[in-house]
Order: sequence, then structure tokens, then C-alpha cells
Amino acid sequence: MNEFTYTLCHDTGIHARPAGLIVNEAKKYSCKITLCVGEKCADAKGLFGIMGLAAKGGDTVHVTCEGADAAEACNALKTLFSENL
Amino acid sequence: MQILEGKSVFGGIAIGEVYQFTRKAQAITLQRITDTQAEIARFEQARIQAQMQLSALYTHAQKRVGAENAEIFNIHAMMLDDADYLSSIAHIIRTQNANAEYAVSVTADNFANLFSGMADAYMRERAADVHDVSERLIRILNGDTDSGGLRAPAIIVADDLAPSETVQLDREKVLAFVTAKGSKNSHTAILARTMNIPAIIGVGAPVLSLVCGQNVIVDGFTGKIYVDPDAQTLAEMRQKMQEAQQQQQLLKTLKGLENETKDGRKIKLYANIGNPGDVAQALQNDAGGIGLLRSEFLYIGRRDAPDEQTQFTAYRTIAQSMAGKTVIIRTLDIGADKKADYLGLDTEENPALGYRAVRICLDRPALFKTQLRAIYRASAFGSIALMVPMIISVDEILRIKQIIEEVKAELTADRIAFNANVPFGIMIETPAAAILSDVFARHVDFFSIGTNDLTQYVLAADRQNAKLEPFIDAHHPALLRLIQTVAENAHRNNIWVGICGELAADVSLTEFFLSIGIDELSVSPSLILPLRQKIRSIHLKN
Repeated sequence: MNEFTYTLCHDTGIHARPAGLIVNEAKKYSCKITLCVGEKCADAKGLFGIMGLAAKGGDTVHVTCEGADAAEACNALKTLFSENL
Repeated sequence: MQILEGKSVFGGIAIGEVYQFTRKAQAITLQRITDTQAEIARFEQARIQAQMQLSALYTHAQKRVGAENAEIFNIHAMMLDDADYLSSIAHIIRTQNANAEYAVSVTADNFANLFSGMADAYMRERAADVHDVSERLIRILNGDTDSGGLRAPAIIVADDLAPSETVQLDREKVLAFVTAKGSKNSHTAILARTMNIPAIIGVGAPVLSLVCGQNVIVDGFTGKIYVDPDAQTLAEMRQKMQEAQQQQQLLKTLKGLENETKDGRKIKLYANIGNPGDVAQALQNDAGGIGLLRSEFLYIGRRDAPDEQTQFTAYRTIAQSMAGKTVIIRTLDIGADKKADYLGLDTEENPALGYRAVRICLDRPALFKTQLRAIYRASAFGSIALMVPMIISVDEILRIKQIIEEVKAELTADRIAFNANVPFGIMIETPAAAILSDVFARHVDFFSIGTNDLTQYVLAADRQNAKLEPFIDAHHPALLRLIQTVAENAHRNNIWVGICGELAADVSLTEFFLSIGIDELSVSPSLILPLRQKIRSIHLKN
């Protein structure tokens, strides 16, 4: 299992556009990818799930990837987060 | 004549006839289906068609409003791919033997509620997106095709407009749009701004009573709508419209050109702004930077002083929006004349000569430090400079610099990033500062001349007193001599000097300012391009 945590920099948190970017990226991988903010978790491949987390600036997101291409997926998402969030 | 009012989304004046835009109500009735497999397949067909429509809309929108604003249609497409959304629809079809239209409608309501219950205003807006994309599905399932109806250019009036409807508005036929509902955060508002269509939202139900063909004037600058306007209003608005169009033209021809005289002398043109909302205006008018950010917007209209985080967020946002262009933040410039009761300022006989601005700051170091910390933290995110108003002595300057050193040390100890070389300047607006500018120039990085206050202090005349108008010459030789002295003293000490008072925009003085070597003029955003036009027409003698 691969994982990382990331603290959101922008006040807007995970808005529709970055949520869309996460979904697009996550769908490239076969592994199961989960985003958790505090107690709430969501499948990274579903837009509603991610937006439903209502993650705001300053929140810490915990990303876990489980499966064959987990390492690749986590790296790609880590880059995406640091570039857009 | 009736006057309605709403929130302005985009400026501009439109004069024309009303066209009531009504979306055909989608009939949603629960119909029992026996072959649920077939119904799910029918839904899938509709979903694929919706994706094709959204893809086409994205391409169309991209050309009209750019990739970033067209992104909303990709978001809609992703919603239609969402596993939870789709399984909810399939589940309802299967377990309730329901038709697809019903299943989509119920699912849409559930998912929209997810958003409308959120704390964040932006997220609440997304409920409208869920409805928009679900409506699209239902329309396809119902076999509805969009109908036109708009033949001549008109002012579109609607209860609300979905993003897809906004983007499909034909700029040729739409003079403006007005909606009963809507919010500034909605994508509709964002799209309207990008499409340059005058728009007013949130007018409320009364706007829906307007009749097709009724004459209205839409003032996108003020948010007012004049229904069946009288002759005087019509004439005034026509004038306003002409002026707005002239400004638009100016924008087109002058944007991107240098602030350079015919003989090659250059000068910086910056913008004076009073709140983050003005940044867009500054950029639209080709400001080279922000020459004066009046920070009072953070302090006024509150019950307590703004904390460091609130201030930091605001400064950072502005710095980032200006993307590397200089932002000069002026520290608190409040006195007894402004509304900030929590500061507990005594009523004064002469607020202009009173306990105000830097005097309050030096007297209340905690208040001052909070602002300075916020500014320094924000300095890591853009090109920020610091400017202090109402200075009269070197002693003040030295005390301020000491406090700045304390702030920097604290931030360093807390491992908070900041720019170690934030330019530190002062406003020259008191006679003392102008007279001693040769001394002050050795202690700061730049001057900005506040001609409004300087004029009234130098001429000993209250600029708010109408009786004194015959006595106050804005071009008084005493003032101009002082400005020239300040400029010379600045340059002798290798610092730059700008003007941020109203005089900066006075085109009858532009040549004078250029000739004495003023480095920067900071004016109201809408005055930048006319000033550029003036500069480019000048050929400095000798």
C-alpha cells in the first residue's frame, strides 16, 4: 500500500476543477485510490465523492493507493496535489 | 418608469426590448417499467448522447470564453461518469421499476442536496450544476429538442440561466441578460464576465413580470434596470453608454503599448485600488502594478480588528492575482473620520491633523505588528512593497524599521517564509516630509506623493469645504515646487518617486511630471489608458 498526506494551500480547497483533475488522473490507474479528510473518505475516481469531502484550505488530505500500480498512482497524485492544490 | 435593482455581474449599458426566456418545464412522472434492463440501456444511450453534447459545448465554450471557464462542461461530463451517481439511477430503475426520467430526477435532487447543505458558498453553487446536467439527461430521455425563439437583439430576462444556456447565448442577439435568481459565485456569472455581456442577477421575482417587447435600460455598472424609461433617463444612459463604448475602444487600441513619450521617455502607470475586487479592473486596464492598495477595506465595517490570517489571505490573494507585478500596500490610514468604532478613537476637531494612520500604529504596536506580519508573510507569494502614510519625522521612520526587524526575526524563528527585501517606502503627504525629503530619502526605498492631503496641508485649506474651492488651486505653484523638490531629492539619493494622489491623473500636468522625472503615476484603473494616450502624444522639450 502506498500513501501520502498533503495540506491544502489554497483557501478554495478542492473545488470542482481540481476535483476533476484528481478524477482524471486517478482513473488512469487500476489500483484503488482513497482520499480521506479527517473521518470522511471517498473514492478518488468519483467526482461527487471528492467534492462531498468539502476539503478546505488548511485541511490535511490523506491519500492511499492499493493495488498493482499503487506506487505510480501515488507519485502522480502527489505531483498533481503540489502543483494544483 | 419603474426601477428594479439586482447584483451587477458585468458592467456595460444596454438599451432594448425584453425577451422572456422560459425553459420548457421538464415533465417528470413516475411510470412503471416492466423491462428494467431495457430502461437501463435507454438511460445509457441518453448518457452517451449527453456526453457528446457536453463535449461539443466544451469546444464551443473554449473558443468563446477560454479553456479555464469552459472547464465547467468537463465537470458536468465527469458527473455523468460518477459511479455513485450512475448506480443510484440504475438502482432506482431496478428496485422501483421506474422510468429513467424519474430515476434521474430523484438522484439529481439527492446529489444536489449534498451540495446545497455545505458551508462553503462555492460548493452550494454546485447544486445548480447537478441540476443542469440532470436536466440535460431528462431532456434527451424525453426526446425534447432545444427551440430558438430569439429573432432580434434583445435583453434576455430569465428566472435563472444554467451555464450551458449562458454559453450558448448568441452575442449578436443578446444585448444583456437579467435574472431573477443567481449568485456572483455561479458559473453563469463567471461566464457572463468573460463573454463581456452586461448582466444583472438576483433581481427577484418582479423582473419576471416584464413583458416581451417592453423597453428597458440595463445599467450593468450600477445593477439598476429602468423599465419604460423616461426621456431624461434615456438621454443620460445613452451618454453613459457612449462613454463606456469609448473606453472600450481605448482599451483595444492602447492595451499592450508602452507608457512612452514620442522622444522615448518612459514612466510606470500603476493602479490605485481599495479592495481585492478591483484587481481585475486594474489588470483589464493594463496597470503595470498596484501603486496603492488602500488596506482600510480590511478594517472598516467590522466589530473588531482583522486578525493576521484574514489580512494575510487578502494580501496574498492580491499579490498572486497580480502575478509578479508590484503591489504596494499602504499600512492602516484611518482616523476619527472613518467608521471603525472598535479602535476607540476620540472625536476630534481636526481629524486631518489628528490621531490617525501611522500615529495610531506606532502608539499601538500590536495592531501595527499584526498588519506588518501579514504583509511580510504575503511577500513570499508575489512582488509586494510596503508604504507608510502620514510620516513627519526620521524618528518615525527609524521606529518603523525597528518594528519591521522584530517582525522579520519573529517570522524567521517561526520558520515562516517571507521576502527579506520588501521595499519600504513612505508617503510624502505632509509639508514636513516634503521639506525634509532629502533627509528621508536616505532611509527609505521609495516615495509616493499623496497630493490630495499634501495640497490641503500646504494650502491650509480643507478640500471638503465647498466654500474654499475658489482658493484651492490644484496646480498651485507652491505644490508644484514641492513636488519638484521631492523628486530631485529622491533621485539625488537614488530612490524612485511616484505620485498616487488625484493629481497623477491630471493630464494637464503629465508633461510637467515627466519633465521632473517622476518614475511612476498611480491612478484609478479606468484612468490608466487615457493617461497612456496622453503620454504617447507628448514630445518633451529639450
